[in-house]
Amino acid sequence: MAKITYIEHTGAEHVIDVKSGLSVMEGAVKNNVPGIDADCGGACACATCHVYVDEAWRDKTGTPSAMEESMLDFAENVETNSRLSCQIKVSEEIDGLVVRMPESQH
Amino acid sequence: MVIVGAGHAGGTAAALLRSYGYAEPITLIGEEPIAPYQRPPLSKAWLKGEADAESLMLKPESFYAGAGIELVLGARVTSLKRSERTVCLADGRSFAYDSLILAMGARARALPIRGADLAGVLSLRSASDAEALKGALGPGRRLAVVGGGYIGLEVAASARFLGAEVVVIEREAAILARVAKEPLCSFLTRYHEARGVAFEVGAMVEAFEGEAGHVTGVRLAGRRAVACDAVLIGVGLARNDDLAREAGLECVAGVVVDGEARTADPQVFAIGDVTHRPIPHYARMFWLESVANALEQARQAASIIAGRPAPPHEVTWNWSDQYDLKLQFAGLAFDIDDMVVRGDPAGAKFAVFHLKGDTVQAVEAVNAPAEFMAGRQLIGQRRPISRARLADTAVSMKEVAA
Repeated sequence: MAKITYIEHTGAEHVIDVKSGLSVMEGAVKNNVPGIDADCGGACACATCHVYVDEAWRDKTGTPSAMEESMLDFAENVETNSRLSCQIKVSEEIDGLVVRMPESQH
Repeated sequence: MVIVGAGHAGGTAAALLRSYGYAEPITLIGEEPIAPYQRPPLSKAWLKGEADAESLMLKPESFYAGAGIELVLGARVTSLKRSERTVCLADGRSFAYDSLILAMGARARALPIRGADLAGVLSLRSASDAEALKGALGPGRRLAVVGGGYIGLEVAASARFLGAEVVVIEREAAILARVAKEPLCSFLTRYHEARGVAFEVGAMVEAFEGEAGHVTGVRLAGRRAVACDAVLIGVGLARNDDLAREAGLECVAGVVVDGEARTADPQVFAIGDVTHRPIPHYARMFWLESVANALEQARQAASIIAGRPAPPHEVTWNWSDQYDLKLQFAGLAFDIDDMVVRGDPAGAKFAVFHLKGDTVQAVEAVNAPAEFMAGRQLIGQRRPISRARLADTAVSMKEVAA
């Protein structure tokens, strides 16, 4: 279990307890957090689950695969801390994680 | 508000209505006994045992009650009375609506041939279909797949992963004849063959043979019979538009809607696989069979019903996972006069761009996410490109699309 704070583009915060083994995307979708669409359901095929990982958590959330990086290259409003949240696995390691959603998924 | 059909489209529309601030009661009626779930993994991750049933659910079961969405499951809608704004169920219940969304989806097309009713002759559309299919697969089990489309190929790849022997039988001269172009078709044929899948192309299925009520083989016209323990039929779908047609709504092998998912009745919308819809980018009507389509139309209908402007049209897209291949598709290959292959099919990382003049109409990408993403943008923007640069992998897709 990890506590994850999802912050919408509007500033609205959602603090959710997410089961280990799920992805950060699933934690949002299954709790009806708006701003993470995840059209492909987590297949790394669509780039609609884009989030910004808070600086403090970038190491612990790992580095994107080549596939994820290529998808992100063409997503909207990409920053250096952009990730696809379907590719971040939840574990106790990331308890306290904070992610923000981009305006394009608003 | 009543939604008929609790699949990916219907379930998404219900959830979106709430997140868009729609406050009236919502009733979501589905034939299957379970809450809305994702179908794509049924032939891929779920079949391989890499995803469980819970992970397939669109929302947890508790979401619906919490959001004031009444789930009516295991229920079949038998009639739509538009003059009374009511839908009636087989069990006698009826529900009145102010707005109605039709999201009945489609069913796997059956093959009306001898032996089709034998045990072990399967199709794949629902979670219970997938359970039956999974039970038929395993080391040494022999699966005959009738139809070399995406469902058939995904199941073939997953069945090989589970150790089954697989023969794919295709009526046309090549697999994917209806949905893909060369060189993707031959690439996928070779890729599957190298992983132990046998193909019978240009083959007409005459009958399914059986013993003691269970299928034992597929008889082909003028060829050897294919011995098997199970058959998966994947020959396309039939849209569940009867309810709409009987209610006097226009149907063309699907419920006709406008570019924002409206039928001719201002109170009635239709979304997802069941629709026959305009594809504005190609200035024509078409049928899309994809999650992307279900979601786009769910957003349109939910937006309008909730009093928001409809979102801009999307370039249609889709994906498939087979073995270690990520296939991604954008656009539709209409009105094309040329193609550019970027990358090397031998290295299993390439993309096929279909062009009309100097603009990209469609892209088929294999392990090539940048080509897919950039291609999707280029299609939407209708921006002329340089073929030489597009074909040159030394020029990045960022530069090509710049």
